[in-house]
Amino acid sequence: MAEMITMDLVSPEKLLLSDEFEMVVLPGAEGDFGVLAGHSPLTSSLRPGVISIYEGDTEKERIFVNGGFAEVSNDKLTVLAEEAVYVADLDRGNLEQRIQNAREDEEDAKDDETRRRASENKDHLQQLLDAMM
Amino acid sequence: MANLKELKNRIGSVKSTQKITKAMKMVAAAKLRHAEEAANAARPYAERMDSMMASLASGMAGRDDAPKLLAGTGSDQRHLIIAATGERGLCGGFNNSIAKAVSQRVDKLVAAGKDVKILCVGKKGRDALKRKYGHLIIDLVDLSGSKRIGFNDAQPIVQRVLGMFDADEFDVCTIFYAKFVSVMTQEVQGQQVIPASIPESAATETNDVVYEYEPDEEEILAELLPRNLAVQIFRALLENAASEQGARMSAMENATRNAGEMIDKLTLQYNRERQAAITSELIEIISGAEAL
Repeated sequence: MAEMITMDLVSPEKLLLSDEFEMVVLPGAEGDFGVLAGHSPLTSSLRPGVISIYEGDTEKERIFVNGGFAEVSNDKLTVLAEEAVYVADLDRGNLEQRIQNAREDEEDAKDDETRRRASENKDHLQQLLDAMM
Repeated sequence: MANLKELKNRIGSVKSTQKITKAMKMVAAAKLRHAEEAANAARPYAERMDSMMASLASGMAGRDDAPKLLAGTGSDQRHLIIAATGERGLCGGFNNSIAKAVSQRVDKLVAAGKDVKILCVGKKGRDALKRKYGHLIIDLVDLSGSKRIGFNDAQPIVQRVLGMFDADEFDVCTIFYAKFVSVMTQEVQGQQVIPASIPESAATETNDVVYEYEPDEEEILAELLPRNLAVQIFRALLENAASEQGARMSAMENATRNAGEMIDKLTLQYNRERQAAITSELIEIISGAEAL
C-alpha cells in the first residue's frame, strides 16, 4: 500500500473531513496541484473549484470548495474552506432551479443591497454547477 | 376573608411565574448545548487559521510593505469598537457587563483624546449605550432574525468593518464580547482585531519550517487577513451566543429558586391566616353559645 497523506478539511462551522488518502488534487490559485505523501511544506490559496481525492488511479471523492487555503506540512494537508460540499450531494435539477430563482430575485430586487446579495448567490450557484461538469 | 383570597391569588401568580422561568431555563439549557457544540466545531478552523497567520506574519514582520490590516495605519487616533451583545434580556448581567466594559474603554479613550466610534451588534447593547454615547454609535447589526449563529451572520459585520477600514475611517478595531468559561462564569473580553494580533505561542513553534508559497506571501496574506478577521468576529459571536445562554440559564435557575422560596413563604402565611380565621370563627360560635 502506498504511503498516505492525512487531510483535514475544515470550514468555519465545523471539521468536515479528517482522513488519510493516497493523493489529493487541489484547485490552487495558480493552477491545480496534486499532493502526495512527503510533499514539501507549502501554503497556497485556492480558487473556487473541486478537490479530487484519489485512491490508486481512481477518483474516489470530489468536493467543491468556494475558495480557501491549503497548507502542507509534515505529511499533513490542511484545507481551510469557507464552504465545502460533496459534488455527489449536489443535484443538478435542483441547482438549476435555484440559479433560476436567484436570477429572478436579482431582477426583482428593490434596492442595491438585495440585488448584490442575489447576484452573489447566483454566481456562487453557477460555480457549483460548473463544478459538476 | 379578603386577605385570604389575596394571598391565594398571589401564590397563584408566583407559581405561574415560576413555571415560566423554569421553562426558560430548560430552553436556555438546550440552546446552550447547541451553542457550545457550534463553538467547539468552529475551533479547528480558527486554530489552523491562527497557525497559518502566525507562520506568514512572522515572515512579514518589520517589513515596510506589510498589509495595513496586519501592520496598522501607523496611528492609533481613531478607534472602532464593536460591542457584541445579545438580542434579548432576561439573562442576568450578561448584556450589562459587556456594555459596562465598552463604556469603560470608551471613557478611557475619550479622556486620552482619541476619536471613538461604536458599532453595536445586538440591540440590547445599543439600548444600554444609547443614552451615554448615542452620538458615537454608527450602526446596529441586528441578529435577532437568525436562530443559530452561522458564518453567514458574521459576514455583513466583516464587510462593514473592512469597508470602513478601506475608506480610512478608523485605525484600530476592538471587539467586545463575553467569553464562555462555564455556565456560571462569562468573561468580558476586549480583543483587538485590526491591526491583527498574532498569538505568540503559535508564532514560535512554526518558525523552524520553511514553506513554499503559492502565489507569494503577500498575496496569500492579503487574502488571508480579511478571512482571519471574519473568523475572529465569528468566534466572538459564537462565544457570545454560548455565554448568553449560560447567563440566562443561571439567571432563570435563580429566579425559579427564588419563586419557590416565595411560594413556601406565602403558603405558610396563607395557612396561618386560614387557621386564625377558623379559630376566631370557633371562638365566636362558642362565646355565642355560652351567652345563651
